[in-house]
Amino acid sequence: MPERLVFRGARVVDPASGRDEVADVAVVDGLVASDAGAGATVLDCDGLVLSPGLVDLHTHLRQPGREDKETVETGCRAAALGGFTAVSPMANTDPVADHAGVIHEVRDLGRAAGLCDVFPVGAITRGLAGEAMAEIGEMVEAGVRIFSDDGRCVPTARMLRNALTYSRAFDGVLIAEHCEDASLAEDGQMHEGLHSYSLGLAGQPREAEEVIVARDLAVARLAGGRLHLCHLSSAGSVEMVRRAKAQGLRVTAEVTPHHLVFSEEDLLTYDTNVKVNPPLRALEDRDALRAALVDGTIDAVATDHAPHAVEDKEVEFDQAPPGTTGLETALSAVLTHLVEPGTMSLTRAIEAMSTAPARILGASGHGGPIEPGRPANLVAFDPAAEWTVEPPFASRSRNSAFLGRRLRGRVIHTVYAGDLVVADGKAQR
Amino acid sequence: MNRHLLSIHDVSAQDIVRILDTAESFREVGSRVIKKVPALRGRTVVNLFYENSTRTRISFELAAKRLSADVINFTTSGSSVSKGESLKDTALTLQAMGADAIVIRHSSSGAPLTLTRWVNGSVLNAGDGTHEHPTQALLDLYTMRDRLGRLDGLRVAVVGDVLHSRVARSLSFALVKMGAETTLVGPPTLIPPEAPAWGVQVSHDLGSVLPKLDVCYMLRVQTERQRQQFFPSVREYSRLFGLTRDRVGLLPEGALVMHPGPMNRGVEIDSDVADLPRSVIEEQVTNGIAIRMSLLYLLLGGSGAEGGGDA
Repeated sequence: MPERLVFRGARVVDPASGRDEVADVAVVDGLVASDAGAGATVLDCDGLVLSPGLVDLHTHLRQPGREDKETVETGCRAAALGGFTAVSPMANTDPVADHAGVIHEVRDLGRAAGLCDVFPVGAITRGLAGEAMAEIGEMVEAGVRIFSDDGRCVPTARMLRNALTYSRAFDGVLIAEHCEDASLAEDGQMHEGLHSYSLGLAGQPREAEEVIVARDLAVARLAGGRLHLCHLSSAGSVEMVRRAKAQGLRVTAEVTPHHLVFSEEDLLTYDTNVKVNPPLRALEDRDALRAALVDGTIDAVATDHAPHAVEDKEVEFDQAPPGTTGLETALSAVLTHLVEPGTMSLTRAIEAMSTAPARILGASGHGGPIEPGRPANLVAFDPAAEWTVEPPFASRSRNSAFLGRRLRGRVIHTVYAGDLVVADGKAQR
Repeated sequence: MNRHLLSIHDVSAQDIVRILDTAESFREVGSRVIKKVPALRGRTVVNLFYENSTRTRISFELAAKRLSADVINFTTSGSSVSKGESLKDTALTLQAMGADAIVIRHSSSGAPLTLTRWVNGSVLNAGDGTHEHPTQALLDLYTMRDRLGRLDGLRVAVVGDVLHSRVARSLSFALVKMGAETTLVGPPTLIPPEAPAWGVQVSHDLGSVLPKLDVCYMLRVQTERQRQQFFPSVREYSRLFGLTRDRVGLLPEGALVMHPGPMNRGVEIDSDVADLPRSVIEEQVTNGIAIRMSLLYLLLGGSGAEGGGDA
């Protein structure tokens, strides 16, 4: 690996400093530098955008337990190729990441891969069972900042209250909720509406999310702490978050690229790759999510990268597990569907995919600013390059909702801790 | 016509008329001593049934046999499916064996469409989950047209658990397509709130609908729905939405009573009502064979002149 790099003539987009200008950026010994000196490797970045590396708040790496779907290493390689320099693997592994042992294991696997930072998410409740609080303090000592029972919500308001209140003992710790009322969602295969009735698929109404968003916001007012709402899908949820933020509540929210791009209408062919949870909702929900991301009501884009084996997805629709991969397509999806049409500025896109999630995660080495002395976690991408989403993928799975679609924007170089882990679109390790 | 019949949306009003007219010419075959025509000789039809359904399977089997096709029945019990074979692998196996048509019944909505990704032959949906049951709808249209002489402007009520009924979906779509005035009747918990977008009316009062009908189509109610709290009790369901002996008198003279079977006598329909002359439930079954002959013939592009009359 070259220790000294110069990104020559890139358009530097750095939301943390407000910079948007063509400049050279040097990297020396893992840090951004003012000058790389003679003999540095020069990367011609004419026409490319250079920004802080992307940060994912919501990733499923499947290890330990389902290494046939993904491993920490393959997931990190997918992340690096997608321009990410940090990911947050969720706790729903087997065994569950509800104690320091699994946290250490996942982080060590990430270190060994050396492709991006891995910040494991810890479970809120033991075994994700919703019955007893996991040892949050021990996991905080092991470096965990986000706690989540992702895949389901904390079942009772009481349990959530205690988790939020208890989390106040630790600086910067976040309770992240997957908002879904189990009794309303019950076996729902897609968004409840005209199409679910016509397709004969059990519906999951948007209210299944909204009743829990309402509950969680109320409980957060009571308990304090920091609440983070995962993968919002409905216009009503967005409106509640907007009001809560206006009232000064410490709440943050994320949205996935697929909820920003697709809608229930993409399910008309029973394509299991676009079966996700929460389900893709109506076009008006999608538009409300876009507007909320633009105005900052939704802070961050998070992939909810959910790899699944081919044989698990190539089945009858109601038997397929929900989820799409996302790490290798997230940036392109946002560039193609939000930045290119002019819905969102490039600066806001980078902020939502890097600066904001780095701040939420407390990952101080990520998200910029791109200034001398700062850790060199960077991505250079070609915003004009068009490509078709198709295998092979770096991810061990290929269940992408974007499969077969054309996207614009391609990652060319990714620098993680000063190492060029992706060069010319190829993973270097 | 499309190569497959997965949904009523796959056929136009013109297609439907052609399917019914072709069935008309095939119905006569069933009344002969030798109930067979050579239209599909040498073609292979597979009945792939993931759900038990004696009547639909036998109807398709008879239809294919009367067209001289080779018929293979592939049911879940005692086959590789019960050993955990996926739909994909089963499909690839049937494809490798050269099936010209696959008739599929499956508990998962959309399974027939999924099947088309892996086979070259025609796929006929014989009922998928709570999605559609298009051949049932077509045989119902046939029966209505046969008895009442038209479909356009017919006033039809579909009564019962519309929410979970694939028959109700296909029938509603087909009736609307043919210009019938369709009303869905049932408790609000069992009527999809989006139903008006299908072009149908909705009512929760059976008594007020009955006097204005040409056809009262009763759906089977699964008593399991009571456990899921869609209605308080079978007794109350029957009292409010059952076609009882008293209530059937509200129907105009000449109006038909229909049911896709199997009936829950005493729940959605009184036993005496089911046996009235205006109940055409057995005719539906008979006509089902002719409709399925017609569909197999049209989808597989059978040889010889249209219809079975000259065989």
